[in-house]
Amino acid sequence: MDIFGYYALLLALVAAVYAFVGGIAGIVTRQQLLIKSARNAGLAVCVLVALSVASLEYFLQTDNFSMAYVAEHSNSALPWYYKFAALWSGQEGSLLWWSFLLSTFAFFAIFLNRKKHPELMPYVGVIIAGVQIFFLTLNNFVASPFHVLGAADATGVMHMARVADGGGLNPLLQYPEMVIHPPMLYLGYTGFTIPFAFALAALLGRYPGEKWIHITRRWTMVAWMFQTVGILLGAHWAYAVLGWGGYWEWDPVENASLLPWITATAFLHSVMMQEKRGMMKVWNVWLVFSTFMLCILGTFLTRAGIVNSVHAFAESSIGGWFVGFLIIILLVCFGAWFKNRDYLRSDNQLDSLVSRESSFLFNNLILLAACFAVLWGTLFPVFSEWFTGNKISVGPPFFNKVNIPIALFLIFLTGVGPLLAWRKTSLDGLRRNFAWPIVVGIASGIAAFIFGFRQFYPLICLILSVFVTLTIFSEFYRGARVISQRDGTDIFTAARELTMRNTRRYGGYVVHFGMIVIFVGITGSAFNQDVEKQMQVGQTLNIGPYSLLVQNFDQDNNDNYSSQRVTLEVFRDGKSAMMLYPERRLYTASQVTETIVAVESSALRDLYVVYSGINPDTNQPVVHAYLNPLVKWIWFGGVIVVLGTGLAMLPNRRTAIVLRPVERLITTPLGGNDTMAAAMGPISRNAISERSGAND
Amino acid sequence: MGEGPSPPDRQARPAASAVLECALLRDKARGVSVNARKKFVVGSFVIIATLVVLAYVGYTQSKTYYHTISEVATMHGSVLEQRMRVSGNVRDGSIQHVDGRVDFVLEEEGKTMPVSYSGTDPLPDTFKDGAQALVEGHLGSNGHFEAEQIQAKCASKYQATAPGVAPAPSPGQTMASPATPNSGS
Repeated sequence: MDIFGYYALLLALVAAVYAFVGGIAGIVTRQQLLIKSARNAGLAVCVLVALSVASLEYFLQTDNFSMAYVAEHSNSALPWYYKFAALWSGQEGSLLWWSFLLSTFAFFAIFLNRKKHPELMPYVGVIIAGVQIFFLTLNNFVASPFHVLGAADATGVMHMARVADGGGLNPLLQYPEMVIHPPMLYLGYTGFTIPFAFALAALLGRYPGEKWIHITRRWTMVAWMFQTVGILLGAHWAYAVLGWGGYWEWDPVENASLLPWITATAFLHSVMMQEKRGMMKVWNVWLVFSTFMLCILGTFLTRAGIVNSVHAFAESSIGGWFVGFLIIILLVCFGAWFKNRDYLRSDNQLDSLVSRESSFLFNNLILLAACFAVLWGTLFPVFSEWFTGNKISVGPPFFNKVNIPIALFLIFLTGVGPLLAWRKTSLDGLRRNFAWPIVVGIASGIAAFIFGFRQFYPLICLILSVFVTLTIFSEFYRGARVISQRDGTDIFTAARELTMRNTRRYGGYVVHFGMIVIFVGITGSAFNQDVEKQMQVGQTLNIGPYSLLVQNFDQDNNDNYSSQRVTLEVFRDGKSAMMLYPERRLYTASQVTETIVAVESSALRDLYVVYSGINPDTNQPVVHAYLNPLVKWIWFGGVIVVLGTGLAMLPNRRTAIVLRPVERLITTPLGGNDTMAAAMGPISRNAISERSGAND
Repeated sequence: MGEGPSPPDRQARPAASAVLECALLRDKARGVSVNARKKFVVGSFVIIATLVVLAYVGYTQSKTYYHTISEVATMHGSVLEQRMRVSGNVRDGSIQHVDGRVDFVLEEEGKTMPVSYSGTDPLPDTFKDGAQALVEGHLGSNGHFEAEQIQAKCASKYQATAPGVAPAPSPGQTMASPATPNSGS
């Protein structure tokens, strides 16, 4: 069986090389047969990688401990779903998993477009195959998951060895979310390969028209959505498992996942400048390129140990491969851009500071500033060692100082940007769109200040969140009102109709609203409290409105781990409210201890209790309780963001063209009231380009 | 980043000022508002300058030097006040619990450094004789390193590469970061 997986992987590399070389030959010679065979080779790669993944998974599920990877990352007492997760818990397996997800994306990208874009797809196939060759080379020759345990005897003949039981899955990964978090994040990381391939293909092939930018945007949205889910699941995992009361620590590995997300977010905004106004073409192409390179950099940072993360102690030898690959990508991108830079000439210029264009420019400017700051902070130990000889790291204060104002400015733009008209916005338009939201926002800020809510950033965040939420809801309301007056439907049906007619615009608003909810949740951390206390049975600990009474300490053992547990009765306002059971587990196979946090979560606050272990001086158990306000909003906001992204990817509903609203539209000044135009159906300037975007 | 995202639409030409001049002339010829571009450049400059100042403040507050034990031994003057991270192995039998404090000795390549930890968080379970430890804090006046955080991993095998964003943190991570309770924001 190990032979099967091994050869499937080897054949996948051969097929990828064929797809690459044959594809280039096909493009040069314009031989349709060659192009077609290269494409089929590309599809075959995906099938072969899937087979080798299936083979490795089979070993894991059947406890084949003669395989080095299985022996190191699994053990027989592990439940089947964690044996499944063991697939990506080690370096070799996770790189194979990377290849597999990339292949899955590649399969869909190639298969769905097999009859479309005959001038573009051969290039796309070649670029994807190029990326696959890199990862499959690693899979086959550098970090193969199919090593068999064995030793040579005196005559030099290899004998298979087999260990009785495996070393076990890292207990920190034995958590339900770890079964879905890595696939999600990897879907994000690998997914950005597809927009990269399309953008580079269009540039290399000088593909006429703007079609490619729509395709690139769609695939970026797919990858962006997975990346968002992956990051939030990772944050939730850190919160629920690591037991330090927080969810984000600006650790290099966390930052690595944020970087491509930031540039992709910037791209999803600035791409509209290109679609609507023919501006920023070079910028957009470079954003797509950078996103992909940051994905590779992120994968590299998580493995190479170049940045001394508290998370990643281990170093590995594959760093050089990634650096080499990054340099190749950079050279290819730069060459492609330099050779074809006239292809990306801009059609328009910035007209006014108070316009949609300029809000996008500012949005991109500060997103890039955030990306740069996070990248700089993450790599600072490396740079400082190069330039000064001293290895210096920067901590959360650095990242927070820079990124909090950026986040607040972004929230502000989220409210303002979508309501500004293209080219130039009149004073009248500003007043109409923003007067009430601004008044109510500031009023709520004053009210909060009076009630003792005095911290500067949270106060600003509150004002902005109220302001933005109101602008979003008023957009829905005003659009829906127009439809409901015309069709005689109630306002909710009309709002639904409105959304379905321009899913991209209104889905975008939903995403914005979700981001606001997330930011509100993050702001809650400004009010975190925590108490740590040595406790015996019968003692209590007070935090916020809660008091925690220790009822019992006990032990619980099973095959996989043994645990020590505290039973806490939680009182609120003198009444018994609930029981909590924070726990510490010692995993048998790996001999690693893990904290199981007990969290009581409500919309307003989380009560988060950790059993920190026994103080060796006094032999008394220590309980650490945290009160974290609004954390749930972050996860809930994430759900809204995903729903909004899904909505924005739906095709617009076509409605029969009614003459009357068209007549009314003509009287609307171009670029004047976008809400009106969008509400009126597909015959606005805006909606026409939306429709062309939805047809990819 | 100097010129912000607006000029990348145009290709890099030899002299930046010539490019700007050229663009301004062309805009004038087209009757496009030169003002908008100027305002955007000024606005961008203000934003970037603010962020640079904030970044510098954050940097001075949180910079931590990595030093080896032998470097610490030869340090003198103001560098001694740096916040630093030192790693080494816990010397066998050196861990002592003295009235609420934990004293131990870190060693690396024959050099040793005495460390005191008086934090409230219990030490990680992996913190044992011979374990590899990473301490963060300041050098005290008595030559003891005063650790605010201690992370440790077993001297034996440690597989830290978890996928994606979730590399396996050292088990010490479970008690890490008393200094950064609000880092979520």
